[in-house]
Formats: sequence, structure tokens, C-alpha cells
Amino acid sequence: MSVGQPPLNSPEIRRLSPVLEPGHTYATVTDKIAAIVLTRPVSLGWLAGFALCFTFVMILNVAVAWLIIKGVGIWGINIPIGWGFAIVNFVWWIGIGHAGTLISAILFLLNQKWRTSINRFAEAMTLFAVACAGLFPLIHTGRPWMAYYMFPYPSTMGIWPQFRSPLIWDVFAVSTYGTVSLLFWFVGLIPDLATLRDRAIGKPKQIIYGMLAMGWRGSARHWHRYQSAYLLLAGLATPLVLSVHTVVSFDFSVAIVPGWHTTIFPPYFVAGAIYSGFAMVLTIAIPLRKAYDLQDFITMRHLENMAKVMLATGLIVAYGYFFEFFLSLYSGNKFDVFLVQQRLHGPYNHFYFALILCNILTPQLLWIQKVRTNVAMLFVMSLIINLGMWLERFVIVVISLTRDFMPSAWGRYSATIWDYATFAGTLGLFTMLLFLFVRVLPAISIAEMRELVAETSEEQK
Amino acid sequence: MTDGMREDEHSYFAMHPDGGDSHAPHEEGAPDELTASDRPLDLAAVRARLQAKSGKQYWRTLDELADDPHFEELLHREFPRQASEWDDAVDRRDFLKLMAASLAFAGLAGCKSNEQANIVPYVKQPDGMVLGKPLFFATVMPFAGDAIGLLVESHEGRPTKIEGNPDHPSSLGASDALVQASVLNLYDPDRAQTVTYAGELRTWSAFLDAAQADSAALKSASGDGFRILTGTITSPVLGEQLQALLKQYPQAKWHQWESAVSDGAREGGKLAFGRYVNTVYRPERAEVILSLDSDFLASGPGHIRYMKQFYKRRKLEQDPQVEQLSSEMNRLYVAEPTPSVTGATADHRLPLRSSEIEQFARALAAKLGLGGSGTLSAAAEKWLDGVSKDLQGHRGSSLVIAGEQQSAEVHALVHAINAALSNPGNTLYYTEPVEANPVNQLESLRELCADMDAGKVDTLLILSGNPVYDTPHDFDFASKLRKVRNTVQLSPYFDETAQHCRWHVAESHYLEAWGDARAFDGTISVIQPLIAPLYYTRSAHDVLAAFSDKPGINAYDAVRDRLKAANGNGDFEKFWRKTLNDGVVANTAYPPISVSAKFSPGSLPAAKPAQPDELEFIFRPDPCVYDGRFANNGWLQELPKPVTKLTWDNAAMVSPNTAEKLSLTHRVAARGGEHGQILSNVIDIALSDSKVTAAAWILPGQADGVIVLPLGYGRTFAGYTGTNKGFNANAVRASHALWTASGGKISKTGAEYPMACTQYHFNMEGRKILSSGTLEEYKKNPAFAHEGDETPPKSDSLYKEFAYPGYAWGMAIDLNNCNGCNACVVACVSENNIPVVGKDQVMRGREMHWIRIDRYYKAETSTNDPSTNENDALANPPTFFQPVPCQQCENAPCEQVCPVGATVHSAEGLNDMVYNRCVGTRYCSNNCPYKVRRFNFLRFQDWETPSLKLQRNPEVTVRSRGVMEKCTYCVQRINNGRINAEKENRPIRDGEIVTACEAACPSDAIVFGNANDPDSRVAKLKAQQRNYSILGELNSRPRTTYLAAVRNPNPEMEKA
Repeated sequence: MSVGQPPLNSPEIRRLSPVLEPGHTYATVTDKIAAIVLTRPVSLGWLAGFALCFTFVMILNVAVAWLIIKGVGIWGINIPIGWGFAIVNFVWWIGIGHAGTLISAILFLLNQKWRTSINRFAEAMTLFAVACAGLFPLIHTGRPWMAYYMFPYPSTMGIWPQFRSPLIWDVFAVSTYGTVSLLFWFVGLIPDLATLRDRAIGKPKQIIYGMLAMGWRGSARHWHRYQSAYLLLAGLATPLVLSVHTVVSFDFSVAIVPGWHTTIFPPYFVAGAIYSGFAMVLTIAIPLRKAYDLQDFITMRHLENMAKVMLATGLIVAYGYFFEFFLSLYSGNKFDVFLVQQRLHGPYNHFYFALILCNILTPQLLWIQKVRTNVAMLFVMSLIINLGMWLERFVIVVISLTRDFMPSAWGRYSATIWDYATFAGTLGLFTMLLFLFVRVLPAISIAEMRELVAETSEEQK
Repeated sequence: MTDGMREDEHSYFAMHPDGGDSHAPHEEGAPDELTASDRPLDLAAVRARLQAKSGKQYWRTLDELADDPHFEELLHREFPRQASEWDDAVDRRDFLKLMAASLAFAGLAGCKSNEQANIVPYVKQPDGMVLGKPLFFATVMPFAGDAIGLLVESHEGRPTKIEGNPDHPSSLGASDALVQASVLNLYDPDRAQTVTYAGELRTWSAFLDAAQADSAALKSASGDGFRILTGTITSPVLGEQLQALLKQYPQAKWHQWESAVSDGAREGGKLAFGRYVNTVYRPERAEVILSLDSDFLASGPGHIRYMKQFYKRRKLEQDPQVEQLSSEMNRLYVAEPTPSVTGATADHRLPLRSSEIEQFARALAAKLGLGGSGTLSAAAEKWLDGVSKDLQGHRGSSLVIAGEQQSAEVHALVHAINAALSNPGNTLYYTEPVEANPVNQLESLRELCADMDAGKVDTLLILSGNPVYDTPHDFDFASKLRKVRNTVQLSPYFDETAQHCRWHVAESHYLEAWGDARAFDGTISVIQPLIAPLYYTRSAHDVLAAFSDKPGINAYDAVRDRLKAANGNGDFEKFWRKTLNDGVVANTAYPPISVSAKFSPGSLPAAKPAQPDELEFIFRPDPCVYDGRFANNGWLQELPKPVTKLTWDNAAMVSPNTAEKLSLTHRVAARGGEHGQILSNVIDIALSDSKVTAAAWILPGQADGVIVLPLGYGRTFAGYTGTNKGFNANAVRASHALWTASGGKISKTGAEYPMACTQYHFNMEGRKILSSGTLEEYKKNPAFAHEGDETPPKSDSLYKEFAYPGYAWGMAIDLNNCNGCNACVVACVSENNIPVVGKDQVMRGREMHWIRIDRYYKAETSTNDPSTNENDALANPPTFFQPVPCQQCENAPCEQVCPVGATVHSAEGLNDMVYNRCVGTRYCSNNCPYKVRRFNFLRFQDWETPSLKLQRNPEVTVRSRGVMEKCTYCVQRINNGRINAEKENRPIRDGEIVTACEAACPSDAIVFGNANDPDSRVAKLKAQQRNYSILGELNSRPRTTYLAAVRNPNPEMEKA
């Protein structure tokens, strides 16, 4: 228990919904979660959903194949708008990938018990989002088969990447983040994989889960090592949550393009990332708890807490927008002042207004408890915020490029069918991976839930 | 550059007594000459055989076929251009016979084709040729009544790049966009490649047979019914050949028609002096120039020279005695209906309807006391006051130029005005006409059409023209052509006219055939080919010879014989070599002649009263495709037109006010936007009893009520690139209103048409991008360009200062001298293997030009939309042009963001692009404030077409898709210069390295060199106070700097 955390049975907490509905024992928790993977038959709904996602993955395949055959010219990018949907999507996916590690690592370190039932799938979501994000910088290059030039491999020519470029920082930041997230996720999975191994019926399952469980027997020594490893990884992942999107924001703030070149970007990007990440966790949690009857584990308390995090980060983002404007006007820099005018009156101002509506005005409803505890409202709002955050990246990446320094070179951007296909394809990939995930791995950490059972029952005594 | 390379050339010719001929053996890839033309033609035998045959001939036996030399020749052609059509009914039996013959001979052709082509490598390298080193040959490009002197770069026998010839009076070393692009026509895969008869493949000897048979018949009728239609011919040899032919056929007639050149100048001379004259201007001597609708800087005979000389008088060298400048800098007034290159950069410009130009000329003549009168609007009257005072104050040092498209009356008036200002002999002089046979071409064509209609024409030779496309629609040339029994067309493409002609002979490019031509001042030059014909093509000389009694005569001998005769005594071979080397026949410029005025402006009949409410339609040659002859030239199609920045289409241009009246608008499309795609209204134009549908374009600075219809588009058989682009203005062009038409109507169809416009935004948004001022302002404050300058000190950088101890390459562009003529853009495309991307890609904002010319209007307007009601500011906005190549920043924003180090700085300050290393993140382009980087979004370069490969510059990488590219300051030329200097163990001299854009620029606006050398031209320009950097406040420290534009308006008119 960390300092300042009220005990779970304190009157303030009682007022809220519990993090685990009462009446659960170790056995019921394990049964319920493991059953989703092991015994529950494949439902028609799952199949239909999976088939739909799979279709989109096939669209992604076609879009990427065509891209490699023809070149990035199949997209809507041009001169002056060198970066279009691909980079917008990259930043958006990376942002979504923030919530998982934040929930697992930072909330873990802060000893927030309510994280327990959502951390597993939030981490999975992180990994899948990072996978989707990682695809874009690779395929958006003119010659993706040469992308290895960006890695500092020992070339016989003695050529290294150009380390002053934020894109190189990006390569390191994103790959580190992806690796640590994967490790963290996998380490957390080990006790549960052992549970699944023990409960699985049939050789293949036993062998696969057995191999993945890496010989976990649940001895006290295992638990001891496990917990220190988990803690260390949590410590390692925590700065990454902040660094990844900071580095991603450097892609823009290091450049001299008006609308990109601003010092507020790192904190504002991180807040935005967490904002969109939590929105995505909600988008996934709400249907998940419904479909697999997990309302006992993912309770209203979780949803409400996530809504509060969204409200807080949403306000930071709003502050970021405000300061971006304020600094532009206050600086008196003619290009920055012009940028503000363009955001408000330019040909793309409807995107900007939509963004304000989605990201600043909508979340204000979360001040109201009734809204925070209304599942349907939360779901709709999480979708709106996801959309809003996508628009934010579109406004920053694309619209800033349409009108920069030389009026003679101003242009416009319009996405092509291939841009949309690729984006929709990654959405399909992301959801397909989630569908697979809930069927093959425990979506909620069984071990941690059992711990929670122990803690709650102790405290309730 | 040229000096060094010309030395090579001297040695080359010195070793080869037979200068020009000597390149024939160098052509490895050239096709074999046909057997028939190699051996003397046995005409008697051919005729005998022809006479022996009677009626329709079918091949009876294989033996007979095998004996027929024509058939054998035919078999050598592997790929017939058009599938053969059966002219005659063929019965089943004959068909089977033919099939059998075809099969048998298919094998025979396969066996034989290798026998004659001997491919032999150089056993001994020819003298003067070093593989990998280009040679330069002097030649001239005959073009619409002028001949432009060129030096053509040749790599291993392939002409790749065209430069101006400094020794030639018409180019003075510079060139223009059309000249630069003409080399692409040589390699155009859509060129006609052989002789055809009714679309069916024939050999040249088959044509000779037919021509000789025809000529025999014609001769017996003493040439009755024999007609020849040519363009304007300035070739003395061709002229003599034609005259000789006319002597042989006394009843034959020679007609001329050049669709984009008006009879006005010719007939104006006749009206003024009672004879045809040629006017040569000397703009370098003029202090005050008035152009009445003349685009003399960008089109018409001698324009490259005029541009060069005109801008000599606009240089503002850094002179402590700035006060003296006012007498140095000339002043240009332009009254014109539509903004031309000349008008856009004038000191004073008056938009005037084309029909009002004559009124203006009359009024000016009246002002100068020549009699007559003209009615003008109050504003024009006021303008005229100022102009006439200025002109009168500069007697003998002023110049009035009438527009090519203006009427004979205007030209006659201008002759009288110039005489009244004592300009002849000073700023202009008259000579004999340079044309071989000056005639009123419209009347000449009218006569031909009438005769064709009356069935009086039996045989018509059309030499290098496309009359079906470009003659007035009321002549209905195509249907009249059908009444002619035998039609022969010589043209480089199987074009609209070819569809209606029996015989079509593929025409050789000027780089493939011998010839000669007179330039604008009468100077004769030899057209020296650089390559044996790529295909089975022929020149006009050959076709004419086919109808003469000496069908074997070749142009090479004809040109030499004529020069021999003219040169008389002396060592002819030496003279010939010198002529070929210099590119001019020495001392052949026409001397000035004295003319006596036979015209008084007062005697002119009263002009038609102006009808300001009526729409006026004017026709103009297109600045890119001219009269349509360059329609299939991708470089020119993709070249943004100087003022409108439109590519790939022409448009009916209207002024903002007229557009408002007709409720015409533009809409910026979402895709590409201002840098790519603008949707314009489609209009139906009903004019001169005909109709055409066109896209409208709103053009600031155009006279109200005037609609410009550019010629040269709407081609239906131009080739892959040029077919069905834009609209055909000839469809509404009638012989009675050839240049200016009224009484037409416009109606909106409601449809929209996407236009590929590379720069729609003309407002500078208050940024310091293009700096300009008046001479007065400049004198008051020579550093006016630096007002409000926020360039940070050099110490403001995170990175360490680099010293650049050696060369520091830099460029200075004098905006005072740039009029946006586009020569540099095409020169760059030609030098640097820049691909053509096509209209669709231009509309997506992906054109690849390394140097672009930005056009800005200095209008007091807050909007960028010419279709809004801030029209007054756009009625006549001062226009400025700014060429933007890579700025080669010392603090390059692109370099810092490239993740793989594909764009890096050289020790000489070049911002180098390493194509092999580029992965294509496009981050550099995003971070480039000047947006000069170009990305290969797709595989834009044509890798398949073999003929296009021949054109490419072997010194420049051909880029593939996925990599970024941009201006390199022609690094290949820098390295060549460095190698030469190092070989001679000396530093590189100033002016030794000339970038392609600099070499082409007719106004010397672009200067490249070593900025570290204080004596270099570029350092001196950069030391001028007018020198500034675009967006200097970004601290990018560009190596390309600009000298602020200074206009020289008349202070009195400014006050008024």
C-alpha cells in the first residue's frame, strides 16, 4: 500500500463501485477467466467479427502490395504535403499504444488496484497498436526495402544513420518501446500461462501453453523472482511511456514548419497519447465485458476511473491547444500568426472545428457523474475522442504542410482510396489481433485477480 | 563553357577535311540507308518496268516477287506503322497466294536483315572524339521565318542538349524554351518513320517512282495543276530549288501558309513603303520602347537577341554614381490585350483591346503630327500623353514595335511613327525580307483553296505543314483536299493532314538533315545535322528533288554548291569548315536599306468604331506548343505557361471583370489544390459561324471584354502526348477574322474542367519573398530590399560555422532581368534528365521541375481569388517573376532531418543529394521552406522507350521511384570544370562553369560562380545592395540570392 492511498474499505471508496464485485473466490475468478480461452465454444458472433476484421486485413495486404508495386504515389501525398495519412495514422496508433503501458507500469508503481482487471488487454492493445503504428513509417518511405539504412548496422561503407534526424530517434524510441512492452506483457502472462497449461485439455494446448509458461510451478521463489522482474520492468517501462511520444513529437517540433515547430509539443503529445489510449481502452473494454460477461471484473469503478483520466488528460490537451494559439499570437512571428488564421479561416477550418468539438467540448460532459457511469455514453464518447485525436494529428501533420513559407508552393491534400484502405486495413489488423487475443490468452490477469480476491476479502473482514 | 568546348570542335574539324560528313560513320545505331538511295537510281529501268505493267497489278509468282527490289526493300521494314489496308478487292485465290508469299518471305527477310548491317566497333578512335566527352556542333534551328543559332551537345553521336551559339546573331549564346525542347522532338517515339501511301507502308524509291511518273505527266501539262504549299521559307537553297521547280513547271504555283505568323508585318511594310521589308530592331540603343501588342522579347524573329539586348539596358551594376542610372536604364511601355512575357514586366502597361491598338497607334501618330486621329478612352488618352511625351523626348533613341498579330495598318502606322521619331537607322533598320518569297500568306492560301475547290489542282505538295489542322475553318481544307488527285505531305508526324493525303513522307528533324536558313537579319547559316536520320525520313529538299529532273540531288551538295557559287574564289574547303564551325556564313547579314515612305496616317480610311460592349476574341500562338507543332513534346506540354502557369491545356482567357459579368469562376480542387488542380468553368464559344467548347481561365491584367484563344491545342492526331489536349481554337478561326474576331457569344455549359496549374496563389501574403521597387526608390535607398530585414547574425546557430576555404558555389538571380520566359526551366529538364509526369500527376502537385518560375502580382488585394470582386486591383497588376532553383542553403533545413544522410553538404557549399542512399521519407521536402525538392512518387521516368534513352544526359543519374531529387547547381558541369582546371593545374576560372539555366537565359538574369572570389561576377552581384535572400529570417543562409527587381516608371505618369 503506498502512502496516501485510502484503504479499500474506507468510506470514500465504499461510495464507489468496487474493483471486484463481491462473492468471488479464487476458483470462480480462475474458472471464469480461463473458460473464455479453454472451454467456451467459438461463438457465431466471434466468428462474424473475426471474419469482418480478417477481410480488412486482406484489404491491408492488397493496399500494401499495390503500394510496393507502384510506389507511394498511389496515396494523396504531394509536394508540399510530403506526409499524409501514413504519418497521421502512425502518430495516432502510437498514441493509442500509450495507455497499456501506462496502466500496467505507472499505475502498478502507484499501486492503483483498479488497474488489475484492465491491464492485460490494455497491454495487448498497446502491442497491437504499436504493431500497426510500426507498419506506417516503414511503408511510407519511397523505398521500404532500403529502410534498414535507418538502423546503425556495421556497413562496409562505413555509413551510419544521420543521428541529428528525429526520425532516427523515432526508430530507437518506438522499437525500444515495442520491445519493453512485449517483455512486460509476456512476463505478466507467465503465471496465467501456467494456469492455462494446467487446465488445458488436449496435448497440443498443453504443450503450447506449457512451453510459453517456461516451467512456471508457482513456487515461492518463482513468485519472488517474478515480482521483482515485473517491478523492474514496470520501472523500465515508465519513462518510456513519456519518452516515446515525446520523441514522436520531435519529428514535428524539430522541423521548421510553422505549426510543427513549437516547444509545447512533447508534453502535449504525451497527454494526447494517454487521452487517446484511455479512450481506446474504453472502446475495447465496454464491448468485451459485455460479450464475455466480465462486468464483475471490469466494474463501473474501472470505467469511471478511466473516464476521469480522460477528463484530466483532455484538459491538458485543451491547454496545449490554447497555448499553441497563444504562443503563436504572442510571438508575433508572421508565419505562426498566419497559421492561426489558417486554422480558423483556411480551407481546412472545418477539420479544426471538428477537432475542438471532439477533443475539448465533448469530454467536458465527463464532469457529470451520471455520464461517467453511463456505459453507452462512455462508449460513444470514447469513439468521439478517438476520432478527435485522429483529427488532431491530421490538423498538425497535413494542414500545417499545406501552407508554409512560400505562397507559390501552397497546395492541398486529398486522400486516395489507398490511403483509406491502408488505414481501414490497420484497424482491421488491430481488431483481428484483439479477437485472437481474447480467444487464446486470458484477457484479464488471473493471478492478479486472485491476489485481488485475497486483498478484498481480507479488507472486507 | 562554350569557349573551352569549341576548341575541341576546332580540332575535330581540323582533322576532318570533310567536316560534316565525317559524323556519318560515327553513328553505330543508325539504320542502314536504303539500298535504293545508296546506288544511283536507274530511273529508265524503273520507268520501263512501270510502263510494262498495266492496270492493277497482282503478284503472280514468287519469282516475280523476289525479283522486285521494292518488295525486297519492304521486307526490311520490320514494324509497319500502320496495318496495311486493302485498296482493292482481293479474291480468295489471290489472298491465299499472298498469304503464302508473306509466309515465305517472312523467313527470307529474317535471313537477310543481318547481312547488310555491319556493326563494327571503333578500331581506332576517331580523332577529336573521347568517349564520355561531349562534342559541340554549331547548327541552326529554322523556326517560323527565323533561324536560331545553336551549339548542340553530342554524346557519342547522340545530340542531347541544345545551347545558343554565341557567334550567331539570333541567339548570342542564349536560347528559349522551344529551342531547348526541340531536341526531344528528334527522339519522339511517335514521329512518322517512313513513307506511306494511303496509310500503307512504302519505300522511298516507290515514292520516287510515283513522283517521277507524276512529274512526267505534269510536265506535259507544263505544270498545270501542280501546287506546292510550304511554311515561311528562309532557306536560300530551298528557295532556289522551289524557283527552279517553278521554272520547270511554268503553270505550277507555290503557296505559303504559316498559321501562327500574321501577314500584318509583311503587308504593313508594303503599305508603308510600297515593298516588302524586314525590320530589325536594336533595343540596346533605345531608351524608351513602346510595344503595341508586341511580345518582341519572347516571340517572333530575333526575339532571343532582342531579349539579350533589351536587358543589357536594365542592368543596375553597383555604381557609386547611382544618379547616372536614370539615363542607363531603358523604359518599356506596353499596350496589349493580354499579358505577355513582355507586357508583364513592362514599366508601364496598359490593357487595351486588340482592336483599340489601332486607335492607339492612330492617336499616337496624330500626337506626333502625322495626321489622322484615333478615339481612345480617357485612361488610355492619359497614358498616351505620357508615352508620347517620353517618346518625343527621346528622338532617335526610342523604339515603337508593333505586335506580330496586329494588322497591316498598325504596322504601317508604327513605321510612320518610328520615322517621325527618327528611329530608323538608330534603334531599328530595314533590310530586304529574309523570306525566300514574301507573299500575303492568307491570300496565297485562299487562292489555293479556291483552286482546289474548283478542281484545278491535280498534285499538291505540302511541305512541313499541317493545313488540315491549322487553316481557318471556313476554308474547310480537309474537304477540299479530297478534290485533289494526288496529295503529298512531308511532315514529322502522321498528323491531321496526313490522314487526308495519299503520300506521306516522314520529315527529318533539323538535327538529322542538311540545309540552310536565313536568320532574322538575313544571316545565312548552315543547318548541320548531328546524327544520321533515326528513321526513314526525308527533308523538303529530297521531296522537291523527287519532282525535279534531278531526283538524286542531296541537300548537302546543294548547300555546298550554293555557298561555293556565292563564295567565288578562295579555298572553299577552308571556308566551309569555318562556316560549319562558327555556325554562320560570315558577312551574309543583309545591309540596311533605305526606304521611302509611301503612306501617311491621315490617309487611312476611318476605322470601325470600337464596340466596347461586344466581346472581342483574339488568337495567339501558345507560349509552349506554339501553333501545335510542339503538341507532342512532353517537356513543353508540362512547362507552365509563363503568366498563367497552366500546363497540358489551353484555356479561353478572360479578365476578372469580364469573368464576373459572365459569372465565370474558379474552384480550387481538394486534390493538388493551388499547386496542381483548379476547376474552371467550361464555356461554349460561338464565333464566326462555328463553335468550340473550351475551359475558361480568369487572367488578371487582361483587357476587359477580350477573350484569348491560344492556338496549338485540340490536336486529334498529334501523337500520344499531344492528342486531345485542350481545345482547338482553329475551329472558330475564320479567314475574315484571323487574329481578332468579334460578334461571338459565350455561354456557360455548367460543367467544370480540371486545369493543371502549378501556381494558382499569386499573393505574397506580405512576406519578403520577391522584393521590388522603382528606380527612384532604388536611388533613394539602394538597399531597399533589406528594409525590415530580420536575418539573424551568423552566430545564431547551434552548429559550428564552416569556413568554406576553397570554392563556394553560389548563384545570383537578378529579378530585374527575369521575365519568366521559361528558357531556364526547359534547359534544366533537358540537362538533368527530368521526367515528364503527365497532367494527372501535375494536378496532384507532383511536377518534377528542378527550377520553377514563381509569378506574383503586386496588387493591393487581400485575396488570392481572381474571381472575387476585388477586380480593380487585378485589372492591371504589376507582375513579377522569380526563378526558384534549390537555394543551396548553408544551414540547410533539409540536411538536418534526413535520417540516412542522403542529403549532405559538400565542402564547397553544395547541398548534395545522394540518390542511392535516399529511402524516401520526404522529411527533407517537408522541412524545405522553399519547397524546391521533388519526389519520385511513382516511377516517372520512361525506362522502356528506346528512342528517349538516346536523349538522356549520360552525366546525370536517371532517378527511379522513391527517391528525392532537386537542383544540383549542375554538379556534373562543376565537376567537368574542375577536371579541366586540375588538368591544367590552375584554379577554375570565373564563367568557366555555367549551369544549364544560366546558359539558356536570354536576359542574363542567372549568374553562377565562386562566391569566395571577390572578382567573380556572382560575388560582385552578391555585393550589390539589392542582393537579398528569400526568407532570410529563417537563418537558412541560401547560396542562391536574388537582386531586387527595379522598375523604371515614368515619374510624370506616376504622379498623375
